[in-house]
Amino acid sequence: MKQKTKDGILYGIMILATGIILATLLWILFYIVSNGIGSINFAFIFSPGNEKGIFAMIVTTAWLVAVSLAIALPVGIITALFLNEYSKNTRPVRFLRLAIETLAGIPSILYGLFGLLFFSRIMGLGQSILSGALTLSIMILPVIIRTTEESLKAIPVSFREGSLALGATKWQTIYHVIIPASLPGILTASILAVGRVVGEAAPVLLTVGIAKNLPSSIFQSGRTLTIHLYYLTKEAIHQDDFQIAFATATILVIFVILVNASTRFIASRFTAKLEQ
Amino acid sequence: MSTKETRKKDKMSVRDLNLSYGDFPALKNISIDIGEREVLSLIGPSGCGKSTFIRVLNRMNDLIEECRITGTVLLDDEDIYADSDATTLRTRVGMVFQKPNPFPMSIWENIAYGPKMQGIHDRKTLNEIVETSLVKAALWDEAKDRLKKSALSLSGGQQQRLCIARAIAMKPEVILMDEPTSALDPIATKKIEELVETLKSDYTIVIVTHSMNQAARISDKTAFFLLGEILEQGETSRLFTSPERQETNDYITGRFG
Repeated sequence: MKQKTKDGILYGIMILATGIILATLLWILFYIVSNGIGSINFAFIFSPGNEKGIFAMIVTTAWLVAVSLAIALPVGIITALFLNEYSKNTRPVRFLRLAIETLAGIPSILYGLFGLLFFSRIMGLGQSILSGALTLSIMILPVIIRTTEESLKAIPVSFREGSLALGATKWQTIYHVIIPASLPGILTASILAVGRVVGEAAPVLLTVGIAKNLPSSIFQSGRTLTIHLYYLTKEAIHQDDFQIAFATATILVIFVILVNASTRFIASRFTAKLEQ
Repeated sequence: MSTKETRKKDKMSVRDLNLSYGDFPALKNISIDIGEREVLSLIGPSGCGKSTFIRVLNRMNDLIEECRITGTVLLDDEDIYADSDATTLRTRVGMVFQKPNPFPMSIWENIAYGPKMQGIHDRKTLNEIVETSLVKAALWDEAKDRLKKSALSLSGGQQQRLCIARAIAMKPEVILMDEPTSALDPIATKKIEELVETLKSDYTIVIVTHSMNQAARISDKTAFFLLGEILEQGETSRLFTSPERQETNDYITGRFG
């Protein structure tokens, strides 16, 4: 009887904890969306000429995400493959792992400082989407490497053995069996990376800049949604300004949810296909 | 016209094989001949080196860093450890594992995988290979209408026959089976055993098993492993009826194991 009461209390605490998390999320979402939805219309999102519109910021954000991933994903996946499939536990490899851990622990503003000095000044890229993407790609590398490595580790040894026992080479095994089986994990790595790029402020501010106009190439400066939101909030005086800020935040939230949902959808479709 | 050979040609010959993992000697002075189109079963208690030994024959132990091997292993009188690359050997010596391990792909893809890795991409050729392999593995009737379905949708026994078909698709000369029925129910086990009976007309088969009945039923020769050594080997009928060693007798009558 007493044990049962204990169980009941614990269960209650768990429900409460889960409830707090759900309620917080829903409350934040509701707060943002309810304040912002009124100012959102077609022109606000899609019209480049709209004074208060955010079309340029959406484009900048999309460019920054795409270029960062295009640089970081191949490097990160190949590194993860090397670490998990080829490397032995030698001193240089341990050093590499330490380097990755350290990269993961560096505050983002330091990446910004480095990017500003190295990519923008020394390499002469100035404040541009490319400069920002190079900076952010270094920042998201640890996330991609770790998540990809986790998914590679989760692939059963029996797949590798099965492939090698059929006379496949190590690379054939990796390319035709290991990588396809770890795609859901690699997708997860990409979502996490997208989330960080979209949400990052300090290094983006330093390397991409704050130009409000529509960037015509990745060599130009631009303003991401997050930076725009920061300026809107900082400079807001009237009730209208706050509404625009909330509207921008709403778009940002929708963007993140869309990326999450679509990647999850792809991953689940992929897994479902495997288990058919 | 031709004189009937009393002894079949040796397909594989192992001489003075020693294998150690780091400092631990896992196999000691193994010498054994495996006749062509013969079924050899390896029996013995867990941890006696049967699985380690069978993995010597297609060099799966190469994957283990600490593993040291001395002695010779011949396949058709050629040293299988002479070449630094084991992939060609593995196309000639196929393997079926303890747990069915189909790839997370369709049934068709699973069987076409090996030939594709050898550079065969012609759809028609691949289709033929898939069909003949499935027929030989006694899975064609069950699988022919669902070749595009995932291999993971098959039952355990079907998955294991798929793995056998996958090995057959490589047209191997030797098939190694490491406890292929230990994860299967009795009916699926019976099917695999019947399959081995038919396969031995085309292939040399080495099978590790924990079932005395299975060894007695399906194999021509048996080798009894104990603590990394072959304690006794010979014709299955002889070994099971009049073992020379007391340990063999104790093991096959179930006194330890």
